[in-house]
Amino acid sequence: MLLINCPFCGERNETEYVYGGPVSADRPDPTAVNDDEWIDYLTMVPNPVGPTHERWWHAKGCGDWFTLWRDTATHDIVKGPKK
Amino acid sequence: MSNRLATGGRIDRARPLTFTFNGTRFTGFEGDTLASALLASGATLTARSFKYHRPRGIVSAGVEEPSSLVELMGDDASGNNAITTVQLSDGLVAKSVNCWPSPQFDFGALNQLISRFIPAGFYYKTFKWPSWHLFEPTIRRAAGLANAPASAPSTGHFETRNAHVDILIAGAGPAGLAAALVAGKSGARVILADETNEAGGSILNRNLEINGKPALEWVAKTVAELADMPNVIHLQSSTVWAYREHNLLCINERSPDHKTVLERNWRVRAKKVIIATGAIERTLVFSNNDRPGVMLASAIQTYVNRYAVLPGKLVVLFTNNDSAYGVAADILAAGGQVKAIVDSRNSVPQFALDRAPGVEVISGYVVSDVAGRSRVKSVTVTSRDGESERSIICDLLGYSGGWNPTVHLFSQSRGTLKFNTKLAAFLPEKAVQACICAGASSGEITLSDALSDGAAKATAAVKSLGFKLKPLKNLAVQQSFYTVEPLWRVESSAKGKAFLDFQNDVTVSDVQLAMREGYSNVEHVKRYTTGGMGIDQGKTGNINIIGTVAMEQNATLADVGTTTFRSPYTPVSFGAINGLREGSVILPYRHTPITSWNHENGAFMYESGARWRRPGYFPRGDEHFQDTVNRECLTVRNNVGCYDGSPLGKFELKGPNVGEFLDLIYTNIMSNLAPGKGRYGMMLSEDGLILDDGVALRLDKHRWLISTSTGHADAIHQHMEKILQFDQPHWKVMITNVTSQWNNVTICGPNARNLMKKFATNIDLSSDSFPFMEFRDGTFADLPARIVRVSFTGELSFEINVAPRHLRDLWDKIMAAGTSFNIAPIGSEANHVLRVEKGFLSLGHEVDGTVDAYDLGLSWIMSKKKSDYIGKRSVDLRRAGNKVRRELVGLLPDDPNCQIPEGAPLTPSGKKQATEGLVTACVWSVVNNRWIALALLENGRARRGETAHVRLQNSVIPAQITAPVFYDPDGKVLRS
Repeated sequence: MLLINCPFCGERNETEYVYGGPVSADRPDPTAVNDDEWIDYLTMVPNPVGPTHERWWHAKGCGDWFTLWRDTATHDIVKGPKK
Repeated sequence: MSNRLATGGRIDRARPLTFTFNGTRFTGFEGDTLASALLASGATLTARSFKYHRPRGIVSAGVEEPSSLVELMGDDASGNNAITTVQLSDGLVAKSVNCWPSPQFDFGALNQLISRFIPAGFYYKTFKWPSWHLFEPTIRRAAGLANAPASAPSTGHFETRNAHVDILIAGAGPAGLAAALVAGKSGARVILADETNEAGGSILNRNLEINGKPALEWVAKTVAELADMPNVIHLQSSTVWAYREHNLLCINERSPDHKTVLERNWRVRAKKVIIATGAIERTLVFSNNDRPGVMLASAIQTYVNRYAVLPGKLVVLFTNNDSAYGVAADILAAGGQVKAIVDSRNSVPQFALDRAPGVEVISGYVVSDVAGRSRVKSVTVTSRDGESERSIICDLLGYSGGWNPTVHLFSQSRGTLKFNTKLAAFLPEKAVQACICAGASSGEITLSDALSDGAAKATAAVKSLGFKLKPLKNLAVQQSFYTVEPLWRVESSAKGKAFLDFQNDVTVSDVQLAMREGYSNVEHVKRYTTGGMGIDQGKTGNINIIGTVAMEQNATLADVGTTTFRSPYTPVSFGAINGLREGSVILPYRHTPITSWNHENGAFMYESGARWRRPGYFPRGDEHFQDTVNRECLTVRNNVGCYDGSPLGKFELKGPNVGEFLDLIYTNIMSNLAPGKGRYGMMLSEDGLILDDGVALRLDKHRWLISTSTGHADAIHQHMEKILQFDQPHWKVMITNVTSQWNNVTICGPNARNLMKKFATNIDLSSDSFPFMEFRDGTFADLPARIVRVSFTGELSFEINVAPRHLRDLWDKIMAAGTSFNIAPIGSEANHVLRVEKGFLSLGHEVDGTVDAYDLGLSWIMSKKKSDYIGKRSVDLRRAGNKVRRELVGLLPDDPNCQIPEGAPLTPSGKKQATEGLVTACVWSVVNNRWIALALLENGRARRGETAHVRLQNSVIPAQITAPVFYDPDGKVLRS
């Protein structure tokens, strides 16, 4: 069970959270993209082996949605790439 | 008690305990294990082996026991316990597994006669046609092991406890105790957990001194010191059994200091972990090395020192290292006779010889065979070159293959291991998590090294966590040594089976066969032979399998590597893992405040989504199911009924941007709704599927209350927060889940308003001033209430929402006032019939992952004015082109008394062809006095008046296609 750092509450057990999938592309303006672009937005989900940017929801805590980086090869929570 | 010593040991001779083993009564003492009590009584044959049913005895004195497993009966019922880990209690009843009727006379022993025909993989190779699963149950039964207890323990319960500590120390042997002293004195929060009933570890088993006094005095002093430290939790009979991510460790506490708690499972999050789990002695591999009376040398030492039992009178020791010489010394001190020490090494260090003066040491020799079936009678001793041989009469053979540091937890934490040639063992190499091995588990085998290593590792941990270090007094311990020369198996001409794994009956020849058949990787060898599996997980013998593989491949053990160590370290009862979650469900049910009323009034309760318990129907007397449902439906259609609608999901949304937000998540426009009014809406997921439907109320300019279906409340909450926090963080919208803050009673039926008028209220209930799809806040029956005019049944309805603490009061008042209208509570079944008569949707029935609002005849709900809302683009994309769609229709079976099974397929003319739809619901309509159905049918709307055909396995049901509404099509009743 992971120990996840909620930006608001601090470190809490994984059981307090809901996994929200990897961070994918921002929602495009649906009136400004063609069909292929829209389908890509719906279906192309990042799936790397290694550090992955993910969304988590502190459902049984403060309700904050936040992102973290998790290495899918080691299951460790890691530092993300420098911005 | 032929083998019990007159003095010594950690047993209480003033407290005798009687117990039953395989039907015979025995006596032992407080402090005994089942194994030590049986050995004291002279019992040697305690088990039969798993596959060949060979006679077996007790091999070890701890959790590593590979040989004797017992099933406990009665209140303590549990299967497959290592005999050495069962703490003796008065009245204990135990029996051996793997044999029938007894270990002395076992029918399964016939397997020994055909043993040469059942090598490794025999079952897999032989029983593969037509399917292994056909034979598996019979073979599994023959293979034995214990039965699972028939019922849960009745004398108490299990529980889980969570803890956070600075330092967790696994093992209270010399290294663990020294570490705990250092850590405890620094003020750090510490848990010290040890698997046996007493602290001390190897000190309990040996005759050792610290500061010139018996080492046990130091143990007692240390335990007392730790007990005085409020920052230290010291647990005995508590195994650290799992090392998980982010330094989460599980501890199984088997004797909690509470009489109703059977076992406790601790989940401990530790900043640092010190693994002081000691070392486990290894077996040696030679012909007939499994005979009763052959045991680990350290086990003999433990029985002598800790339990005051000398398991044999004439002892031969067989070793490849120095530790057996201390064993000889302790046997001699206890009055036993050591006939010889057979040492496979050509030269034995002097300090070892000095431990056992006067004992014949036969160096450069090995034990090559054992005589005696149910008890050792003699051993054959052969020189390493096989040239010379002699026989020694004995009744006990102790062997020592050297020591394996107990690296299980370190390996579970994903730390890597490295083979150390000096110790001929795998040692911790690189830690991945914040943990470190101390003492024997890190290769510091001797007492002085273990003590100083434990203190040093704790010092480093304390410093790194920023606690203040207080110096320890130096401990004076006589220097001792440990050297070993590996002997993975004895090669000789003896014909008997040489066992590598006792529990699974894996022999040297099985491993050789596996390798001949191409299973060369040690993980494959393990799976093919089952060596290293089972209850003991190969704690004593797995290294010899690795050694044998290395010998066959002319490789080193470092090349071969180990199999993976996994949790649990030792078996854990399911009860401990489960904790308080007893009964039939893992997550607790949700109840409304009138659950007890429902039970008292005969409701048939079941789950109605999201773990809510709701009444299905309220049978009266001997009423049949259908009669009950019909009666409840007629009550609503003709008079007045009521139900508890509390489980419906409810969310209050506040803020200036709620209107925009709702316009994004609902398909229709919500932002133009006037305060005081409600509107039915539909939500889609971004890929165009129907997510949920429900009613939104506008409470005032910036406050809304939306309802969701019962089962989807949590998912919709997640959906809304995700959009707000990620996509539209600039919108000012706050969401509060008020599902459990508002409960309601819904009154429905033509007499609903007449019933309402019996109560004092400041709300005008007439249809002119309070029309359908509006709500009013006020008081009702002297309670603060919000009354909403929504309807799930198609009747005139009032949903009276109150605080949960008022629900029962309101319910009782309504039931009392309603007697003059013959009011009746209605369950989910009647609700289902009433909504089908009206053609109202049900998610999961009519709505699945294929339909959209247009298919359901709800094109009006898909706003044409909004350029965007969630799911719009995807629905448009799905409907592009002229695809044939399945549309919602009503069905009237030609035979009004013919019920159509829900989910039945519709095919063209009822022929055996691809389906053109399915029946989503079929109910007995009380207003039409016939069966009616809803269905999804290709081009259904255009086919009204035609006949559709339900195709069943043996029959076809013709039914007329109608509009999907069978009652009050204009909604006059609804709005009355």
